[in-house]
Amino acid sequence: MTIKIGDKAPNFTLADTNEKSIALKDYSTKSILVVIFSCNHCPYAQAWENRIIAIQDSYKSQGVQILVISSNDAIQYPADNFDEMKKRAQEKNYNFPYLYDESQKVAHSYGAEKTPEVFVFDQSRTLKYHGAIDDNFDDEGSVQIHYLKNALNELVNNSSPTVPTSEPVGCTIKWKN
Amino acid sequence: MKIQFLYFDGCPSHEKALNRLKEAMQLEKINSHIEIKEISTQQEAENFSFPGSPTILINDQDIDLVPQNPHFALACRAYKLPDGKISPLPPLELIQNALRK
Repeated sequence: MTIKIGDKAPNFTLADTNEKSIALKDYSTKSILVVIFSCNHCPYAQAWENRIIAIQDSYKSQGVQILVISSNDAIQYPADNFDEMKKRAQEKNYNFPYLYDESQKVAHSYGAEKTPEVFVFDQSRTLKYHGAIDDNFDDEGSVQIHYLKNALNELVNNSSPTVPTSEPVGCTIKWKN
Repeated sequence: MKIQFLYFDGCPSHEKALNRLKEAMQLEKINSHIEIKEISTQQEAENFSFPGSPTILINDQDIDLVPQNPHFALACRAYKLPDGKISPLPPLELIQNALRK
């Protein structure tokens, strides 16, 4: 079941594409933590990828940390295996940790279903926003509602997001059989 | 003209893609029947050589380049746009060009 607004962030420790062990608590000094379930192969993830990089860049100075997690079954979807994740992170010069949830336990603990799917937590790691990055995967120039940016803008100003949820749009997470 | 539209329900773009195919057919004044096939199992993906959703075949030819070693699976398909960006939807021009061949 997907975590709800007001729930605490489920803890995890995962390897990133630099083979460094990353835990949620490592970012305790960050005022806002954004956990995004994504992957390599999904065209929706690819369509939004540059926007995720830009958001991390824009909000870094305001204490926002993005963590991107891939939970897809790499046996059925080899483009999402750990080596391919490493390549992708390097090619795209990711400015956030890209974590491999091989067991899929983290995706299950968050109740994530799509890629990309966003969970935003405040300083106390309480869920404040869950959903999509914005409302137009196909054309960044035609975005009407910047869900994630709006939520971050409100949170950095110590307000709760006025739109706390939206419908994530993307590929389904590829579960192991 | 034989036109086939293959999709996987786990990808939300298939309805938009089908509308885009219909728009392209209208622009090219093609009135053929669209054979719509839902791919719902891994076995079907392999049987139909399905590289991802949506896939459009015109006279049995894919409208886009299929990778040399395609992976047939219940997945969403990435299309490269003229500006190099990736989209889950085939561009209108790509469909139109395939219809003109």
